[in-house]
Amino acid sequence: MAGWWRRNPFFVRYMLRELTAPFVAIYAVILLVGLVRLAQGEAAYDAWFAALTHPASIAIHWLLLVALIYHSVTLWQVMPKTMPPLKVAGHTLPELGVTALGLLATLTVSVVVYALVRWL
Amino acid sequence: MNPKRSNAPIFWALFGAGGALAALVGPILVLITGIITPVGLWMPRAALSYERVLTGAQHWAGKLFLLAVVSLFLWHAAHRIFHVLHDVGIHAGTGAKLLCYGSALLGTVIAAAALLAIGF
Amino acid sequence: MVETRTIEMEVLRYHPERDAEPHLQSYQVPFTHDMSVLQGLQYVKDHLDGSLTFRWSCRMAICGSCGHMVNGVPQLSCHTFLRDYFPGKVRVEPLNHFPILRDLAVDQTDFLKKLESIKPYIIPAENKPVESGEFLQTPAQLDRFYQFSQCINCLLCYSACPQYGLNSEFIGPAAMALLHRYNADSRDAGRAERMPIVNAEEGVWSCTLVGYCSEVCPKGVNPANAVNQNKVNSALDYFLRFVTPRGTGR
Repeated sequence: MAGWWRRNPFFVRYMLRELTAPFVAIYAVILLVGLVRLAQGEAAYDAWFAALTHPASIAIHWLLLVALIYHSVTLWQVMPKTMPPLKVAGHTLPELGVTALGLLATLTVSVVVYALVRWL
Repeated sequence: MNPKRSNAPIFWALFGAGGALAALVGPILVLITGIITPVGLWMPRAALSYERVLTGAQHWAGKLFLLAVVSLFLWHAAHRIFHVLHDVGIHAGTGAKLLCYGSALLGTVIAAAALLAIGF
Repeated sequence: MVETRTIEMEVLRYHPERDAEPHLQSYQVPFTHDMSVLQGLQYVKDHLDGSLTFRWSCRMAICGSCGHMVNGVPQLSCHTFLRDYFPGKVRVEPLNHFPILRDLAVDQTDFLKKLESIKPYIIPAENKPVESGEFLQTPAQLDRFYQFSQCINCLLCYSACPQYGLNSEFIGPAAMALLHRYNADSRDAGRAERMPIVNAEEGVWSCTLVGYCSEVCPKGVNPANAVNQNKVNSALDYFLRFVTPRGTGR
């Protein structure tokens, strides 16, 4: 079984999906550090935010963004495999329809989060 | 004789919740906290100023959201990484399990402590 | 006049009493446009090498006997055509993850034991005498399990499943699809007897939703869906067992 995931493009895509996990963890740790710094006071928090403006940090976050988008897309792709068929007006929604609904949800939530951070 | 019941549902539920949350808000959060705000493009830097973030983190809803994001992202990643290890032939067993899920638990505790320290 | 072309077929040969290891053997097989990989194997057996061993029966994707790895992909060889591989060669090997008995024939014992363990038959709530009539079912109730009842036990999904390859204790896609087929049947009351199999580590929890089983299934069963719907069922069973009394949950 050694190297099984290299033998089939389907398995390569699966492995890429699973390997988004370390990126999710890295981002969670970045936020966790931010929370701790926030609790430590203004100077600590400002130092954390200043670090985020460093070009290296921006570059890392572009990478994280790609990973998180891939995570989002692949999660909605497999979502229909995890649930009973979705019926809309008596017809079974095809798997692609479920994926599309999920992506629409991500898009909607993204707009809401942006608006809250910007204007609340 | 019946096979032994697995405790996987606990970790799977946390994994699933974290995965769904990351799919919904992951990309936009990375974009806001890591790219557009630090650069100051489409989002003023003041949006993540100390006072503003502190106010958000002092509100119960803000606390809940931040805890959910940090903790569930970690549980999601821990579960996936644990399974990827198995996939690539590292059957590290209990040690790997403790390390993966232990890290997520530790992150959860730190996040909760920081959010408590921030106050209400 | 029927046009005939010649394709190279590489077939895995293994005679456990004679061979130290499996090896590939090459055959030049003349074929017409309508010939399946199975018919190519039959040509080899009839005209080139009578000792080649492989299983087949219906020749029309119903019986599930002729599953092989065709160029590395689990396929029913009656359902796969030589023309699609020409002018390249076609490599036929026994299904992945199963012990070889001889050449292309694999040992299905492991699957058959698992199939038996899931009680693949309707367990009614009470035994009705024949005179009391049929169990009635609405089209909507039939719809809930019909797709899962289409499984022909061809084992392509087991060959497609890396988790089964890594750990053959895993109950696997087809057995779970059939388990779900009975649990989802309105005439069945055997759910409580089958849940322990679902709930085990070797039950649904060995699956990481690779999803390739559903991709290779020739009958549209979608076993990945059966397995992963039952992760939800198993999680509910896990958390709700403290709330719901035994045996009442459906």
